[in-house]
Amino acid sequence: MKKRTVVLAFILMLVAVGSLSAQQYYIPLISKGFQHQFWQAVKQGAEQAAKELGVTITFEGPETEAMVDKQIDMLAAALAKNPSALGFAALDSKAAIPYLQQAQAKKIPVIAFDSGVDSNIPLTTCATDNIAAAAYAADKMAELIGGAGEIAVVVHDQTSRTGIDRRDGFVNRIKSKYPKITIVTVQYGGGDQLKSTDLTKAIIQSHPNLKGVFGANEGSAIGVLNGVKEMGKIGKLVVIGYDSGAQQLAAVRSGEMAGAITQNPVGIGYQVVASAVKALKGEKLPTFVDTGFYWYDKTNIDDPKIQAVLYQ
Amino acid sequence: MANKSNAAAVTSPAKMASRARGVSARQKLLAFSSLVLLIIVFSILSPNFFQPYNLIAIMLATAVNGVLAVGVTFVIITGGIDLSVGTMMTFTAVMAAQTVAVWNLPVIVGVLVALLVGTICGLASGVMVAKFRIPPFIATLGMNMLTKGLSLIIANSKPIYFTNAPSFSKISMGTMFPFLENFQIPNAVIILFVLAILASFVLNNTILGRYTFAIGSNEEAVRLSGINTDRWKIAVYGVNGLICGIAGILIASRLNSAQPGLGQGYELDAIAAAVIGGTSLSGGEGTILGTIIGAFIMSTLTNGLRILSVPQEWQIVTTGIIIIFAVYMDMLRKRR
Repeated sequence: MKKRTVVLAFILMLVAVGSLSAQQYYIPLISKGFQHQFWQAVKQGAEQAAKELGVTITFEGPETEAMVDKQIDMLAAALAKNPSALGFAALDSKAAIPYLQQAQAKKIPVIAFDSGVDSNIPLTTCATDNIAAAAYAADKMAELIGGAGEIAVVVHDQTSRTGIDRRDGFVNRIKSKYPKITIVTVQYGGGDQLKSTDLTKAIIQSHPNLKGVFGANEGSAIGVLNGVKEMGKIGKLVVIGYDSGAQQLAAVRSGEMAGAITQNPVGIGYQVVASAVKALKGEKLPTFVDTGFYWYDKTNIDDPKIQAVLYQ
Repeated sequence: MANKSNAAAVTSPAKMASRARGVSARQKLLAFSSLVLLIIVFSILSPNFFQPYNLIAIMLATAVNGVLAVGVTFVIITGGIDLSVGTMMTFTAVMAAQTVAVWNLPVIVGVLVALLVGTICGLASGVMVAKFRIPPFIATLGMNMLTKGLSLIIANSKPIYFTNAPSFSKISMGTMFPFLENFQIPNAVIILFVLAILASFVLNNTILGRYTFAIGSNEEAVRLSGINTDRWKIAVYGVNGLICGIAGILIASRLNSAQPGLGQGYELDAIAAAVIGGTSLSGGEGTILGTIIGAFIMSTLTNGLRILSVPQEWQIVTTGIIIIFAVYMDMLRKRR
């Protein structure tokens, strides 16, 4: 029937697009998402490594970071393909453990990325040292507000590893090194721009002497910036962000945002594939591959080294 | 409206129901042949597809959506809709976790709490729709947000792990047939099939089922023939809530935790499965078998495209086209 023909034609077309690979290492990467620019940059790095090292990869992630079960279905499908190795950024590492054990039983090396997995199955974790990076943001904040005053922190969530590490990295550095700086509040906006905007406005409203706000991921940072803008406080408040993205880059360039920490998403993707290939060749891997971070502001944003790790 | 329906009132609800089932038989056959075709095509294209491990992965991926779809089928047959099934499921999962992992009560109590909470939420939606006359779309959208918010509050926006009750994960991931060595069907899948058989029985052989179809075909006629349609409608939403409770237990058991942020968007998958399986969004038609096939088509398609390493963007496009096509077939059938 008509429907069948259409379905069949469509599937054949997709197979053509999907392309079949020859006798190569096949390494699926299961990420936490695929629509965000950050994940696209990770994918880009992974593809670059795959090309250089002559392996085949696929890159998949659920639509939102709440879809733990969908990510596990992806993991199951990836394992069904008998991959050579597996890259995995766990949304909830405890929920994924049965599948990681299957990978281990099948002798498939697992490389964790972005955030660690609470298990000793992954051979290594390729990620940003978020604690160190957020502590650096705290140093910059202290420097820019003159070492004293009230500041606030807007974080994406209190459950994910990145949320916890960035919050703690920032807060602990301020507490231990800058006694004259008070963190008036730490709020959670789910990484959602609008929510973070509203949060920021409320914080500014209740703390008129606020000198600076730190937004701990892309969505939070843009939200903070918009909140500061809507309260007419641009230039009076120091805004420090995290990650990049077109809006954040423009804000840093114009000086509305004092600067931001950028991870190296391209480097994360590259290292996952490179580490997987090393594992397949029997090389020993370190337990943690620090993919690095950079501070960027309007003075160095066009530096080629910085440009290479920023994404639009 | 009342004048027009007088004629239809003569037809008994039972007759209307059997007619509705007859009409959707063709769609069901079409859905079933599409599923078989999908399986054949994927099996030819990849040696990794038709393997015990992968077939089990497909079945597990179907379990939760399948259960939700069975529940929402009841509501859709009455001519209603329920946009809250995903978050209601999460809410029941959180309540089960709260009971078992926080209050340290036995697993069975957690299961009962989930079923009870689901039923109450469902009944509440039913009252809003039937008594307060709030359109189902809006009433259940409200319930969607309400249950999502409550889940986050109760769980304090963090996953609750069943660390103190290792047996909880057996509900979904254990197997009743351990002797099938290479093909250990997880309990979640068996629960789905048992539920489907029970739901099918209720829909076809009980008064509740008969009125479900009758209300969806011509509510006014049913009301005029002296039946308290409000009460039956509330009951149908209650059944849906109860089934969401089952889904909540399955997903919490599978993830060994209640994830309070989960659930948004799952209602659309459930509705899509029902519609692909021949349930008419304008009410009065639908079968549980069709819905189960619909759920399997969705998960088989997703899994197969993944096995073929089709880029994710194209996987979404394909699923979208399949859903549109299924609804289009439904429309064509109506126009005849």
